[in-house]
Amino acid sequence: MDIPRYWRLTDQRYRLQGGVCQNCGHFMFPTRLVCPKCKSRSLEKFTFSGKGKIFSFTTVYQTIEKYHGNVPYLVALIDLQEGPRITAQLTDVDPQDVHIGMPVEMVVRKYYEDGRDGPVFYGYKFRPVGG
Amino acid sequence: MRKVAIIGIGQVPVREHWNKSLKELASLALLDALQDAERDAIDGLYVGNMVSGKLSEQEHLGALIAEYAGFTGIEAIKTEAACASGAAAFRQAVLAVGSGYKECVATVGVEKLTEFSGLSTSDALAQAADADFETSLGLTFVALNALLMRRLLYERKVNRDDFAYFPMLAHRNAVHNPNAMFRHEISREQYRKAKMIADPINLLDSSPIADGAAAVIVVPAETVDVKNKRVVDIMACELATDSIALHDRQELLRLRAVEQSTRKAMQTAGIEHKDVDLFEAHDAFSVMTVLSLEASGFMRVERALQRAKENDFTVTSELPLSTMGGLKGRGHPVGATGVYQLVEAVLQLRGQAPGPIQVPNARIAMTQNIGGTGATVVTTILKSRNEK
Amino acid sequence: MKQLLQPIRKTGIAGYGAYIPRYRIETSEISRVWRGAQDGNHLPIRQKSVPGPDEDTITMSIEAGKNALLRAQIEPASVRAVWIGSESHPYAVKPSGTVVAQALHIYPANTAADLEFACKAGTEAMQAALGYVGSGMADYAMAIGMDTAQGRPGDALEYTAAAGGAAFVIAAAEKSIAILEGAFSYVTDTPDFFRRNYEKYPQHGNRFTGEPAYFHHIRSSVTILMESLSLTPADFKYVSFHQPNSKFPLKMARELGFKREQIEVSLLSPVVGNVYAGSSVLGFTAALDAAQPGDRILLASFGSGAGSDAFSFVVTERILEAKDKAPRTAWYVQRKKTIDYATYARWRGKIYK
Repeated sequence: MDIPRYWRLTDQRYRLQGGVCQNCGHFMFPTRLVCPKCKSRSLEKFTFSGKGKIFSFTTVYQTIEKYHGNVPYLVALIDLQEGPRITAQLTDVDPQDVHIGMPVEMVVRKYYEDGRDGPVFYGYKFRPVGG
Repeated sequence: MRKVAIIGIGQVPVREHWNKSLKELASLALLDALQDAERDAIDGLYVGNMVSGKLSEQEHLGALIAEYAGFTGIEAIKTEAACASGAAAFRQAVLAVGSGYKECVATVGVEKLTEFSGLSTSDALAQAADADFETSLGLTFVALNALLMRRLLYERKVNRDDFAYFPMLAHRNAVHNPNAMFRHEISREQYRKAKMIADPINLLDSSPIADGAAAVIVVPAETVDVKNKRVVDIMACELATDSIALHDRQELLRLRAVEQSTRKAMQTAGIEHKDVDLFEAHDAFSVMTVLSLEASGFMRVERALQRAKENDFTVTSELPLSTMGGLKGRGHPVGATGVYQLVEAVLQLRGQAPGPIQVPNARIAMTQNIGGTGATVVTTILKSRNEK
Repeated sequence: MKQLLQPIRKTGIAGYGAYIPRYRIETSEISRVWRGAQDGNHLPIRQKSVPGPDEDTITMSIEAGKNALLRAQIEPASVRAVWIGSESHPYAVKPSGTVVAQALHIYPANTAADLEFACKAGTEAMQAALGYVGSGMADYAMAIGMDTAQGRPGDALEYTAAAGGAAFVIAAAEKSIAILEGAFSYVTDTPDFFRRNYEKYPQHGNRFTGEPAYFHHIRSSVTILMESLSLTPADFKYVSFHQPNSKFPLKMARELGFKREQIEVSLLSPVVGNVYAGSSVLGFTAALDAAQPGDRILLASFGSGAGSDAFSFVVTERILEAKDKAPRTAWYVQRKKTIDYATYARWRGKIYK
C-alpha cells in the first residue's frame, strides 16, 4: 500500500495542479523544483483547465499487475491547452473513435483498488469533449 | 585519460535459465571473459543490472558477484540505468582504467527476468519510466513505445507493416548465433498477424523476456602487446541523458540523448558515419531502431524503412545491423544487453563471428545501448587491430 | 408541535448538478440471460445505467458536485460540508465526502461524513444541509445523493438497480435558484428492504415493499407537508418522487391527485433505472432544468427501512442564468453506449474468480 506516495500526489491527481515559472512564464505539469526552461527556482502553483488535444494514443492489451483486470484500455499523450504535454488514460471512449488531434477534457476516475481491503486510488483521466 | 582496450569477452546463451541463479550467470560470463583475456585477476568489477531488487529480491550485486566469482575484497559496484545498465557499467570501467586508477577491470551485465512469471516482469521493467506520471497511470514499457510508433506513423506517413523487415533481419541473423534466444526466422505475414500488445506494437515487434550475462575485460591499451590482434581498442564511450518521461521530451520523435552521445563519441573517435562498419543499435522495438538510426545521423526513418525492405542491412551491406540477432533475435536481458552488444562487436572486429553472419573486414563498430524510452544512451565506438 | 421543518433563515438551492454514467444495459438482455427472454412486455423498465469500470460513487459525486458548483458560481472553499448519501460508499470506514471535498478543492474547513438511509440518503443529506445553512452555521453546504446499486444476479431488482445521482449546493435564499418553503420527514421502523453488514446484496420483501413501505411513507410525508403549507397538487408545476420503476411513482402521483404532465419531466427510471439514493434527486434536477421562475416543485423521496422526505421549493429568477452553466440532465440521459450482459457482469464484479 504505497499510501504516502499517492497522498503526496493528491493535488496533481485530483485537480491537475502543476506550476508556472515566475521568471520565464513556462507552464509545467507536474510542478518542479527547478524550471526546466530557465532553471529558476521561483515557481508558483497553477491549476490547469483540463482541456487538451490528443497527441498520440495506444490500446494496452497486456499490462502491469495492478491494471491487469482493466485491459484493454486506452492511454494517450495529451497536449494541454496551456502548453504542457501529459500522459493519461482515456475513458468513456472506444478505440475506433479516437484520433490524433481529438479534443479531450479531464475527469476524475478510479485508477485501481489495492486489492479487496486496500485503498482505492483516484486521479485524472481524459474523455472526449462533449461526451 | 589514457587509452583503453578490451582484451577478453565472455557470455552465456540468452535463455530462460531456470537452473542458474543471478550470481552464477554473472560469474560464468566473468570467468569466461577472464579465460579469453588470459588473465586471472581483476582490480575492479562494474556490474550492470536493472531489476535484481524487484525480481530476485537482491541488490548489492557488486559485492555479491565479486565474492561469488572469487574476488572478495576488490572494488565492485552495481550500475543501473534501466536497459542501458550494461553499457553504463562499461562506461564506469572505461573511466576507472582510463583515469589511471585501475589496471584490469571487468564489466559484467547480468539479468534474470524469469524469477517471477509473467506479470511481475512487466512491473519490474516499467520502473524505467516515470513512476508517478507514466507507470502508475497504467503505462507499460510497450505502451510507451507504442505511443512513439503511432505518432511516427502519423507524422511521417510510413506503413506499419514495413517495420517487419527489422525483426525479420534480426531473426535471420540470430539463426547463426549459438548464444541467441531465437534461432528461427519469421515472415512478414507472421508479423502482420501477430498478437497486439499495445497497438501498433505486436508480439513479433517486441524483444523477448529472457535471462543472460555477458562480460568484457578492460585494460590500459599500453599494457597490451601491439601484435595481439585479439585486442579491440575503445575509441570512445559517451553517455547522455534526456527527460525520463515521454511527455517531457522537447520533440517526441527526436532522441536527443542518442544525438548527443553519438556526436560526442564520433568526435572523440575522430570518425565519420561512413567509417562505421557495423552498428549494434538498441532494437528493443523496431520504432526504436529507426529513430536511433535517424538520431545517430545515419539516415532518416523513411530511408531506413526503405533500405530494410530492400534487405540492405545485412552483414554484407553498407551498414550491417543486428549482426548476431540484436535485441530482437539474440534477446534482451535488459541490464546485460549493453554488454552483449559489446561482446558481439568484439567478435565481429576479431573476425570471430559465425561465418554466415561475419561482417567482412570489420574494422570499426558502433554499439548503442538505450535506457527507457531514450532517457539514457551510451554510444561506444570500438576499433579492431587488424589491418584493412 | 409544529410539523413542518423550516430553518431560521430562508434557504434554498444555489446550484445543482446531475451525473449518469455513459453505459446502458437493456432489461431484455438481462431477461435473455436469466429467463430465456420470457419476460417480453413485462419488464419494469427498458434499460438501466451501468457504471464504467473506473467509476464509483466517489467519482460520480465529484462530477455532479463540480456541476453544482458551476451553477452556483461560488468559490469552492466557501462550502462547509460535503454530505453524501449512498448505499454504495466505496469505504465502510472513510467517508466518500473526504475525497470529493479534496477533489473539488472544498477542503479543509468542512465536515464530510457519509449518510445512509437506503434510497433517501440523498434527501437526508439535503435536510442536514438545509439545517446547517438555515441555522447560520455555514453559508454554503453540499448535499449529494449518489449510488452504484448492485442487483443480485437473476433477482427481480437486477433489472432496475442502476447508477447515478445528483449534487446540490445549499445556500441562503438570496443566492438560490430555488427556495425552500418547508420540508417534512416521516420515518418508521419498516424492514421492507435492508442489507446486513458484510452482505453483498440486500434482502427485499417483494410485495411488502409496496403499500406498507413506498406508498404509506410518501403518502404520509407529502400529505403532511402540503397540509402544513396549505397547498394542493394543482399548486405544483413539477413533482419528483422516488422512482424504483415507472409504475410506483405514476401510481403514487395519480393517487395523490397529481397529473401525468407534472411527473413526466422527472420520470427518468424507464431509461436510466433506479439510481437508489440518487433517484428522486436526479429526477428533481430534470425538473429544475425545465423550470421557470415562480414554478413550485415537490420533491419526495422514499428510503427503505423506512422513511420519506418531502420538500417544497419555489424557483427564482436566478435559475435562468444557472441552467446552462453545466451539462443538463438530459445530456447525461441521452449520452449512452449499450453493453451486453457479459461486459456488465465483468465490470460489476459478478464473475467469480
